[in-house]
Amino acid sequence: MELTVILFYVFALLTLASGVVVVFSKNVVHSAFALLFTFFGVAGLYVFLMADFLAITQLLIYVGGILVLLLFGVMLTTKVFDIQVRTGTLHILPATVVVALIATILVVLFWGTEWKMSGAPLDVTSTAPALGEKLLTTYVLPFEIASVVLVVAMIGAAMIARRDRKDRTSARSEGGSR
Amino acid sequence: MTFEALTTWLAEPGLSHYLILSALLFSLGLFAVLTRRNAILVLMGIELILNSANINFIAFSRYTTGTLDGQLIAIFVIILAAAEAVVALAIVLNIYQTFQTVNVDEISQLKD
Repeated sequence: MELTVILFYVFALLTLASGVVVVFSKNVVHSAFALLFTFFGVAGLYVFLMADFLAITQLLIYVGGILVLLLFGVMLTTKVFDIQVRTGTLHILPATVVVALIATILVVLFWGTEWKMSGAPLDVTSTAPALGEKLLTTYVLPFEIASVVLVVAMIGAAMIARRDRKDRTSARSEGGSR
Repeated sequence: MTFEALTTWLAEPGLSHYLILSALLFSLGLFAVLTRRNAILVLMGIELILNSANINFIAFSRYTTGTLDGQLIAIFVIILAAAEAVVALAIVLNIYQTFQTVNVDEISQLKD
């Protein structure tokens, strides 16, 4: 077996095993840290698919941004000291049936279909220059819209998550009376 | 499928390997979304689903088209995933301030 094949299976196994931990762990913090390894494994798979820029982007945005955000969410929404960080599950049986059905259908479809392969795979050594060129020519409109979406999401999230001014003054007066 | 065909299939990772991997990752994410009570874990399931979709886009871009269009779509998926995570977490924090819980089955009202 070649080394690349072995590495592919290592990354695939890392992704799936840590994904299983994310879904089935009873502890929210354990799930968040297992998600780190899932994102890392997916980034490794991107390297095998000749997407070097996307692998780095995956590490920067998912591991550096979204995962830290989710951890903040876990810390801010659980009372770590008085209530356990564990959570329960809902309607396991119907969900298992539905998910098993969907997984079987997808795997059978993906296994059995004869995909139309292109004769020549990507012959680029680095995808970043080509991606940048396409982003500023063919895909310039989605690129600009994406920047607007990010600004709107940032401002909206800040507006939603902050407390009302009235709440804050009442909390301060309560603290002062105490 | 004979045993020999299976071993040769396993020895050469190709398009179907990535597709099956992403199908399994999608199923895991869907299971998390359907069963977990904690809203943060539901968000983690959504991130798994988005990652599996990205694997599909990039695998098709590598094997069937031979162009970079799939990778560009994957970039936009990552951007939207970041925006989605930010807004969703802001909503979850607000829900926690209002109801003192983030269990999705206990939140059945729009206001306190």
